[in-house]
Amino acid sequence: MSSKEWPLWEVFIRSKQGLNHKHVGSLRAADAEMALENARDVYTRRSEGISIWVVESNNVFASDPSESQEFFEPADSKIYRHPTFYDVPDGISHM
Amino acid sequence: MKEVNITELERMFQEKIDQDIKIEPKDWMPDDYRETLIRQISQHAHSEIVGMLPEGNWITRAPNLRRKAVLLAKVQDEAGHGLYLYSAAETLGADREDTIDDLHSGKAKYSSIFNYPTLTWADMGAIGWLVDGAAIMNQVPICRCSYGPYARAMVRVCKEESFHQRQGFEIMMTLAKGSPEQKAMAQDALNRFWWPALMMFGPSDGESKHTAQSMKWKIKRSTNDELRQQFVDVTVPQAEMIGLTLPDADLSFNEATGHYEYGEINWAEFWEVVKGNGPCNKDRIDTRRKAKEEGQWVREAATAFAQKRAARKSA
Amino acid sequence: MNQAHVEFVLRIADDSLILGHRLSEWCGHGPVLEEDIAMTNIALDLIGQATSLLNHAATLQGEGKTGDDLAFLRFDREYRNLLLVEQPNGDFGMTMMRQFLFDAYRTILFERMQSSSDEMIAAIAEKSLKETKYHLKHSSEWVIRLGDGTEESHARIQESLNTLWRYANELFYTDAVDDEMRNAGILPDLSDLRQQWENTVNHVFQEATLTIPSNNWKQEGGRKGMHSEHLGYILAEMQYMQRAYPNMEW
Repeated sequence: MSSKEWPLWEVFIRSKQGLNHKHVGSLRAADAEMALENARDVYTRRSEGISIWVVESNNVFASDPSESQEFFEPADSKIYRHPTFYDVPDGISHM
Repeated sequence: MKEVNITELERMFQEKIDQDIKIEPKDWMPDDYRETLIRQISQHAHSEIVGMLPEGNWITRAPNLRRKAVLLAKVQDEAGHGLYLYSAAETLGADREDTIDDLHSGKAKYSSIFNYPTLTWADMGAIGWLVDGAAIMNQVPICRCSYGPYARAMVRVCKEESFHQRQGFEIMMTLAKGSPEQKAMAQDALNRFWWPALMMFGPSDGESKHTAQSMKWKIKRSTNDELRQQFVDVTVPQAEMIGLTLPDADLSFNEATGHYEYGEINWAEFWEVVKGNGPCNKDRIDTRRKAKEEGQWVREAATAFAQKRAARKSA
Repeated sequence: MNQAHVEFVLRIADDSLILGHRLSEWCGHGPVLEEDIAMTNIALDLIGQATSLLNHAATLQGEGKTGDDLAFLRFDREYRNLLLVEQPNGDFGMTMMRQFLFDAYRTILFERMQSSSDEMIAAIAEKSLKETKYHLKHSSEWVIRLGDGTEESHARIQESLNTLWRYANELFYTDAVDDEMRNAGILPDLSDLRQQWENTVNHVFQEATLTIPSNNWKQEGGRKGMHSEHLGYILAEMQYMQRAYPNMEW
């Protein structure tokens, strides 16, 4: 990366009260304040958001897809964590 | 991790694509897939950014306040779309500044349509109606592209672009039912933009060197000729409805196929414009380069200030 | 029709119109894509304000004209904007400095105008204030960044301040129109406008390490239709379509 270019920031937007912030894309900015304002101008032009997070892309640690088997598959066999694992006789409600 | 050879990785990759499983940035992908995507996405991004210029040319001359606001908002959207696309390219490791330098050096291409000049206000109508219409036709299938970030950017772009074509058509319609001068202005714009709009879909399928592999990878979901035909089929009745004539003596409806047949595209002209010999190629690139050069001190200042501020905070 | 009332509305409207026009010249040429989008947002806010205000002026005038007629069909001497807003864009620093000097004034003006007895003005001020506060945040941050950035940026933005300072005094121009508007309750009390403005400006310039020029030469005339030579060219471009093709729908 050229040293003159501003850092890359990931943008997360809460579209309305009660929902999670969701990743929408990225942009470039020299600092956090600028990143927030740029995110407002770029990603909420059509009232898509009421709250914005920006995180410098360098600070995002991501799981490695090549490790996805050991990372995620062990959970697949623990079906007893899901309510459908259990039989409930007909006639029982509110459970 | 198990040792897996390249052939096996490629087989697994194609299997994912065949099952319509999206590819995400950190997933393994063949080098050619990555390169094809970077080329296509950055070309697409450049088209948005260079595409701001022909319409930007009329912002200060828009005929009323409503048109001025609409045009500004539309050109601004194009900047936004360029940005979404550069973002998608960055997920593949293509640095935005390098990508833009490739545009400025002439190494990277952009849509040839933006090398035609905008001579009258009616060109704002013709561009919205035809150029955005063609772009939407090209882009809708890419919303189902195999690469996640590109597909997601495209969904956003398509959603926002739906107003672009409508505002263009509205301009044309208003002119077409206006004074004789206005109608002539509209017809002239249509005459100038019709053929270049058809060229936007790229060379014929037989000539297109990337199509087969891109279709297999689901980067491309329809061929150039299919999309072009679709565009002609929907646009001809629209022109008829507003009383304008398409500049093609060979245009006719084929009852048997249910499609319009159109005349021969001037491919020699197309390749000249792609090579850089269109009426505005030089102006467009010079303008972009100038904006970058003149912004250099601003970008440096912001970086310097951010560093100073960070140092003060930690002090 | 109340002449002073129309005049008063046109002054605010034309500031938005002409500055919006100037900013729109940047579209496609910004120093970085994100900033291109940001400046266009500000231009759109200003053109939106101009539209509401000019429509209101046309209604007050009662001559059957529209806001568009006022925007596109007046003659040069009939525009009432400040000299500041018609000055050329210059480099990005010049544009941000012009914007900052204006935003600092506009924020106070709109804050006060929310209590105007002219309900339309009060409503427009309320909506525009939100926009203007954001513009001020944006422009003041850039003035600080450029002032306290590199040696080059400091020199450039200081030069912009030196160039534009002569137009700052006009922000506080008042005449019989303002007196009449104040008496009618349409224009709230603005006696401390300059003081408030100086507070904002001094604070930002201090952070930006900028020096207010000692040259206190003052230019004014815009409120009376005495403009700089720049306005004529803005209008020649802006009015081209309406002049070349009169009385048509677009």
